[in-house]
Amino acid sequence: MSINRKELKEIADLAKLNVTDVTLDSLNDSMNEIMDMIDAMNQVDVSGVAPMAHPMDAKQVLRADTVTDTNHQQDLLPLSSAADDEHYLVPKVIE
Amino acid sequence: MIQSSIRAMADMLRSKQISVAELCSIYFDRAQAFNEQTGALLSINDDISPQELIQAEQALSNDSHLLAGVPLAHKDLFCTQGVTTTCGSNMLANFVPPYDATVVAQLKNQGMITVAKANMDEFAMGSSNEHSAFGPVKNPWDLSRVPGGSSGGSAAAVAARMVPVATATDTGGSIRQPAAFCGITGVKPSYGRVSRYGMVAFASSLDQGGVMASSADDCGLVLSAMTGHDAMDSTSHPDAAWQWQAPQGDELKGMKVGIISDWIDGLQDEAIKNSTLEAIETLKTQGAELVEVDLPHAHLAVAAYYVIAPAECSSNLSRFDGVRYGHRSASAVDLEQMYINSRSEGFGEEVQKRIMLGTWALSSGYYDAYYLKAQKIRRLISQDFQKAFQQVDVIAAPVSPEVAFKLGEKSDGVSMYQADVFTIPASLAGLPCLSMPIAPAHGLPVGLQLIGRYFGEQDILGLAHQFQQATQWHQAMPEAYL
Repeated sequence: MSINRKELKEIADLAKLNVTDVTLDSLNDSMNEIMDMIDAMNQVDVSGVAPMAHPMDAKQVLRADTVTDTNHQQDLLPLSSAADDEHYLVPKVIE
Repeated sequence: MIQSSIRAMADMLRSKQISVAELCSIYFDRAQAFNEQTGALLSINDDISPQELIQAEQALSNDSHLLAGVPLAHKDLFCTQGVTTTCGSNMLANFVPPYDATVVAQLKNQGMITVAKANMDEFAMGSSNEHSAFGPVKNPWDLSRVPGGSSGGSAAAVAARMVPVATATDTGGSIRQPAAFCGITGVKPSYGRVSRYGMVAFASSLDQGGVMASSADDCGLVLSAMTGHDAMDSTSHPDAAWQWQAPQGDELKGMKVGIISDWIDGLQDEAIKNSTLEAIETLKTQGAELVEVDLPHAHLAVAAYYVIAPAECSSNLSRFDGVRYGHRSASAVDLEQMYINSRSEGFGEEVQKRIMLGTWALSSGYYDAYYLKAQKIRRLISQDFQKAFQQVDVIAAPVSPEVAFKLGEKSDGVSMYQADVFTIPASLAGLPCLSMPIAPAHGLPVGLQLIGRYFGEQDILGLAHQFQQATQWHQAMPEAYL
């Protein structure tokens, strides 16, 4: 498997990353090296093997559906670089 | 003092040979003195509050709080209330969490005192600690060499005794490899043993918090205090609580220790091979019964890991959009561009590469061929371990095929990834594992890895403790820091 510059640009769009023409070549080479390494997975036949998403095959632990926490709005909003007393502020979305 | 065990420190504090403030100031002074040359710490807490000291002094009267008054550093991805938590990234350079990670709160409740936050590879991605946005960490044994990563700051800080103990995290080897490179003991517990609440996520099905210290006994004592079920982490195991019992005498006689000959025979570095064989021989002399085991799919672990970990990373790191916290670009005029610029400016090159790789592996058309396949290989590796542990109690293996390499020596990412070949299998299976110092090679530290059954922390730490009763390697320190 290998990836070309066009596909790499599409992946960058999906990942919301800005890949410049300058970095594209080195990133392309480096991604292709990793993909060559990953292709080692093709050495084994995995048909019939159940995928393992997680080391704990236990059931999800659920809490009782009761309110245990308080509102932390005033602790959390100041972490943003742009917020007023109640909202996160972002650049204008609708003209 | 700096070569004292935690138990010895606890005795000295209780018999009033030293006060908590005096003990902390010894380490605080060392942290200040050695940080410029090692780069191990990102922030040093020079303002331990009187309240914290009083709390620690009070905890001393509680016999169950053996750790009271003992200073420590937290890897800078554990959220510390009111203290900057950068994760080694420009993305979080100014992030001051409004809460403590569960691990931080647990150790605080024991009366431990946080004197510093430790440097790390950005978002815990790296094996050399060269990928920190705040500069590399240098290995106290040789400042021209890397300390390993991603918990390189924690490892270097303990190796130079800037702190007696540090928290760390391990996703594919980030505790064991730096512990090996820096000549200290580092343990990664079973997945689910230690809460991940407040630990900045890299790959959620692999990340696990652990401990670095000079000995297995110190690691056991601190790890015990970090375990327990946490309702705030849905992957915390209901029976996670655990208490370390240092084995007395030779009760480990007859313990079956698995050896994977292919791994040891395959070591290219003869000095590391000899050191590994000598350590295994010591275990045998101490009464361990050596049994040959096989992990037939382990050679595929690195390939599977570099699909699974980046996939989880790309998903976890999508939360950094510049809106709620973290870096926000000043240059964007619209929302889309704000996301893109904030992420591109905030994340370093290695992190961006892994996000791209993960986004690709999860994208339509590749999900089955890569992500699902990697998960199936993960199952095969886990089954290999289950079979092996029907025959043995612990597996002894190398940690790394190399000693600490020179800063800048590995510009090619893939060769660094492949060096994690011995640590990744246990991570994929979620098993407890550690690295302990054995005879050095080329004048540099070497580690031996011990891997246990799920929840077998007592077995691996017990065996390491017994080894450390018969050997001195764990007491060795770089001369410049004595």
